[in-house]
Amino acid sequence: MSELRAQLREWRAAVQKRLPPWWSRALAGSLIAIGIVLPFLFSSSSGFMNATIIAVTYAVMSLGLNVVVGFAGLLDLGYVAFYALGAYSLGWFGSGFFFKEHIHVLVSPIASTLQGVHLNFILILISAAIICAVAGALIGLPTLRLRGDYIAIVTLAFGEIIGVLAVNGQSVRIGSGGMTLTAGNLGISAVDAPYFPGIGSFSLLDLRPWYWLIFAILLVVLFVNLRLRDSRLGRAWVALREDEIAAVSMGIPLVRTKLLAYSIGAAFGGMSGAFFGTYYTVVNAGQFQFGFSIFILAMVIIGGLGSIWGAIIGGLTLGYINNYLIPDVLNGLPSHFGLNFQLTQVEFGIFGFLLVIMMVLRPQGLIPERRRRLELTAEIAAGDAQFMESPGTAGGAT
Amino acid sequence: MRPLAVVRRYVGRWGLIAALAALPIYYGISDLTNGYQAGLVAGHPLIHYDLAKLGFNFAEGLSNGAIWALIAIGYTLVYGIIELINFAHGDVFMIGSFTAVGLWGTLGLGLTTGALGLIGGLVITLIITMIVTGSLNVLIERVAYRPLRNAPKLAALITAVGFSFILQNVGLIWRGGSPQSVSDLIHGQQTVFTIAGVPILRSYILAFAVMVPLVITLTWFINRTRAGRAMRATAQDPEAARLMGINVNATISLTFLLGGMLAGAAGLVYALYETNIWYFQGFKAGLIAFTAAVMGGIGNVRGAVLGGLIIGVIQSLCDSRLGPQWTEAVVFGYLIAIMVLRPRGLLGEETREAG
Repeated sequence: MSELRAQLREWRAAVQKRLPPWWSRALAGSLIAIGIVLPFLFSSSSGFMNATIIAVTYAVMSLGLNVVVGFAGLLDLGYVAFYALGAYSLGWFGSGFFFKEHIHVLVSPIASTLQGVHLNFILILISAAIICAVAGALIGLPTLRLRGDYIAIVTLAFGEIIGVLAVNGQSVRIGSGGMTLTAGNLGISAVDAPYFPGIGSFSLLDLRPWYWLIFAILLVVLFVNLRLRDSRLGRAWVALREDEIAAVSMGIPLVRTKLLAYSIGAAFGGMSGAFFGTYYTVVNAGQFQFGFSIFILAMVIIGGLGSIWGAIIGGLTLGYINNYLIPDVLNGLPSHFGLNFQLTQVEFGIFGFLLVIMMVLRPQGLIPERRRRLELTAEIAAGDAQFMESPGTAGGAT
Repeated sequence: MRPLAVVRRYVGRWGLIAALAALPIYYGISDLTNGYQAGLVAGHPLIHYDLAKLGFNFAEGLSNGAIWALIAIGYTLVYGIIELINFAHGDVFMIGSFTAVGLWGTLGLGLTTGALGLIGGLVITLIITMIVTGSLNVLIERVAYRPLRNAPKLAALITAVGFSFILQNVGLIWRGGSPQSVSDLIHGQQTVFTIAGVPILRSYILAFAVMVPLVITLTWFINRTRAGRAMRATAQDPEAARLMGINVNATISLTFLLGGMLAGAAGLVYALYETNIWYFQGFKAGLIAFTAAVMGGIGNVRGAVLGGLIIGVIQSLCDSRLGPQWTEAVVFGYLIAIMVLRPRGLLGEETREAG
């Protein structure tokens, strides 16, 4: 087995040596081109197109969580909170929910006659990112002195509190005149579709513009991620992840670095949350369950912790499994074997199973980060289990 | 950070106790001065100015907390020995409930069963349920955690979450997606006796009748037997324990067995106490019990029991005063406050994680 792996590694090195130096740029360019023309290959309102849009949105979320869990090594089990806050930013600033207000900024001619707050979708994206960044920093504060599992528990509690607030927001009054914080399980419906001057409003009959919009968001987030990873900040995250005490004694500002990780990760989650809000055309408190946090975490883990391309692949894979493979392709499978349930009922069980299998067989994920891969192979060579200490607990936790 | 450290130094354990006592004291004073509505007399609200309602909250909360305490011990034992938050533990408790309800159906226990038959049947159910959940927990450890003993700790945490989902879906297929009511075998709402105007119900007695002997037996086991000493040694330093000739893997399995057995007992009590079961009950109970374990000081059995009882009272107070929909938020708010102010909990020692 290990000989085979060594052989493969050799072959890969040989292939890489022969490729021209610009091959990675060419690869990236062609992937982007494929991404742009992809919708022309499928009918504009097919189930596959729908699954693709959701999968790409998941990939954006997965990139955001990867900043927190992968880069900075802070296990966040409450990421659904940022999905919720992002979606509610859309509900608040892009619908008639605050019906006493009349604020319209760059919206479609129809929306500008309606009551409520209506902002352009780009402005909503920005406000969602800002709201989530602030919330991320707030949840980061109590976890600064904690490590590992304790961080996981605080973030989990935070996610649950946001969920409870979303459900009970109906009884929280804002201002006068019966406006409430959220619409609870009824949901904020009739939210605006994205509108851009010159293009017009998006409609759910034609899914292509939606796809291009979320693809553009993905590219922006991806670019930011790539630049962050190699920046001073990105290296500071990795240093904190690997050994907090050493990093701090080398002069890395602990508070600012950790809070920035939470904020930036949260901002990406908020942006995709806002997109989901407008795409699903409703912001419902029932969407924000703990299971969703785990679902996003599963994407990051399956892709490979800390690996940007892994996060994208993980998001796309689970997105397609969740929205295409299970409901459309395999759903009837249990009834073929005489079992009385549908596969969609047990999708979280399937993810749980995938997580267990993945962790036991390939803990480094599909596309492991280069640094981590080196660590893992070096360790196996040394036969020393102590190096395997997790990122979350590194720093004297052995 | 620096102001936070200062706050922590001054707040400490007494601050936490004060924060916990604030809720009952506030409502007690409010009951005495403003009164509360105890019922309707000829269409007019009957206002009482006494502590009976608070007492009732406490009785309900403590007995409910006894269930959380049983689950919390499982968390605390496992965390103490391998420093893993066993996310699947709450779902083992749920499987315990389901097994118990299935079993008393098989045994033919019903509302008409006589007292002797009922007690005998329930004891048999309790024993079998404890064996089932204990073995299930050992199995989970063997399949999902042992292969990852030397892997990053995050990996085991994630398989724990994975197993939690698997068990939830097993429950979902087993008994469907909506809460099911089960027959109220012990007539739990009947008052046995009254202390100072507070009725003590049968279900409260049941919760304590199961919890107290089990906890005493467990404490005896951990403190007095050879296997218990091995557990404590492994919790302190697995490497040194192995050098002293302790079979560390067997000891860890034993820990999971004990935790699973207590979760099974809690499952049986829960089914009789709440008279309904749901595949999702384990998730919420797991979070609450974990909060209890952290509050008491993780790794500490007495702490877990204390934390469970306290959380039960907080829940019961919130349920009756603020409305049940806010209870979860209050409990988790307390969890975050504990994490910030005193991560080691009420009775806990300084740990490596909570530094």
